[in-house]
Amino acid sequence: MFETIAQQLLLGLTNGMVFALVALGYTMVYGILEFINFAHGDVFMLSAFFALTLVGAWGVPGLDGATLAGVLLAIVALTTVFGAGVNWSVDRLVYKPLRKAPKLAPLVSAIGVSFVLQNVGLVWGAAKMEVFGGGGQPAAPKSFPALLPTTNLLGGSSLTLQVKDVLVIAASLTVMAGLYVLVTRTKLGKAMRATAQDPQTARLMGIDVDAVIGATFLIGGGLAGFAAVVYALYINTVYYQMGYQNGLYAFTAAVVGGIGNIPGAVLGGLLLGLVRALSDQFIGAQWQPAVLFGILILILVFRPAGLLGSTAREKV
Amino acid sequence: MLVVDSVSAHYGAIAALHDVSLQVDAGEIVTLIGANGAGKTTTLACISGLHKPRTGRVTFEGKDLGPVPAHDIVRLGIAHCPEGRRVFPRLTVAENLDLGAYIRSDKDGIAADFQRVYDLFPVLGQRKTQLAGTLSGGEQQMLAVGRALMARPRLLLLDEPSLGLAPLIVETIFKVVVALNQQGTTVLLVEQNARMALKHAHRGYVLETGSVTMQGSGAQLLADPRVQAAYLGE
Repeated sequence: MFETIAQQLLLGLTNGMVFALVALGYTMVYGILEFINFAHGDVFMLSAFFALTLVGAWGVPGLDGATLAGVLLAIVALTTVFGAGVNWSVDRLVYKPLRKAPKLAPLVSAIGVSFVLQNVGLVWGAAKMEVFGGGGQPAAPKSFPALLPTTNLLGGSSLTLQVKDVLVIAASLTVMAGLYVLVTRTKLGKAMRATAQDPQTARLMGIDVDAVIGATFLIGGGLAGFAAVVYALYINTVYYQMGYQNGLYAFTAAVVGGIGNIPGAVLGGLLLGLVRALSDQFIGAQWQPAVLFGILILILVFRPAGLLGSTAREKV
Repeated sequence: MLVVDSVSAHYGAIAALHDVSLQVDAGEIVTLIGANGAGKTTTLACISGLHKPRTGRVTFEGKDLGPVPAHDIVRLGIAHCPEGRRVFPRLTVAENLDLGAYIRSDKDGIAADFQRVYDLFPVLGQRKTQLAGTLSGGEQQMLAVGRALMARPRLLLLDEPSLGLAPLIVETIFKVVVALNQQGTTVLLVEQNARMALKHAHRGYVLETGSVTMQGSGAQLLADPRVQAAYLGE
């Protein structure tokens, strides 16, 4: 019993890391624009396809040792840049022209962008590459090669803690720590926090609000790209609707944590991952959405601003 | 130093300013008085770039501000302390002041200006680490003025610094404004508290429904029967 719980907690933790990374992208954009980027999950999906394309193009499954490690790092780096670029471009092309429009306009556009990106995923899924299964079935899940070492660090124990678990958790924590430093210690971070609270006054301070918004989309997209590689290497399956499903969970995580709140997104992501794993084990996988969204509703009933959402009263 | 030349401004179809001209010379305190909705705040917004005039020109030290975005106007030496204080509520007092110095990178100078603001408003020094949203209205106003000073402006735009504050705090704020002016900062002050503003200003303009209707020295306007009837309650 103890082992089962421990094993599920570990699985939940690693999954939760991915949710948290994607949730950060939702929450950062919401924090600044009060806008939910429904296409964010699809940036995550396209990034996974991009990573798989690199894996195929570079013949990665045939590599090993230091070469494999180097190539994997390059894939992580390039996919992060790819996710950042896609997210930034979507903002410049679609959302930016609607900045002064009523809030519903960019929201509906984001749903549209989500469909467009999913269709790009379908077209991409038809790529005539071996890693895409020859491209015969665009919508079918593609298997992403298991490239991370699966050696059990706990040796003879019946518990398994694989090297890849440790890698996923360590890499995610490093990225989150980097984000924390960026937001709290750098000039850009200062500008982001000021813009999130009062964009008009931020401009009076000399902050180029438009550039800050662009940077936010870049960072959020980069996190989604990074998360996509982590997810693909861990779960080993990518498909064109993975962004919709995981995006919905990550968005839920962001709301549970308190949308707009950065530590809240991490907390919500981890919580969601853990609850999901435990619910799959003890209640049944078919109940997963019911359990997760049931908890979401409960949390919102009792804490409408989310777990860490701002409830501080402000004097006027 | 600052010339506002025949500026008209609109919000959508609604005209807010009609052909407004005014001038601020280096070293002056100039005040802009008028009733609610007369266009005082819009005038300041047209100077700091938050709102762009439809016609007319705003020039600062000879430079046309028309094409300059708001975030670059502060770099030219104009700091705008907005109506309603607009401190960043979920940042600390020190972080708010630090944002005021966002355009600067001279660490020593910034540190010196932190001290200068804490000397002007000792209460801010005592509340450095407190969230700005938890300050009283008067303290928030002091913070808003202090934050504007952190940009080391040559021209300070102050919008209704006395609004909603106790008379004692209004005194403090005006004392600081006069002191700043004596140290060389030029001030354009928008006020509903016309008596207080005219008493301290070198010159003043009266704005009525989007147009300048009177102008003169502070003393002249204070003595003008029309100003007395409309704005001084006499």
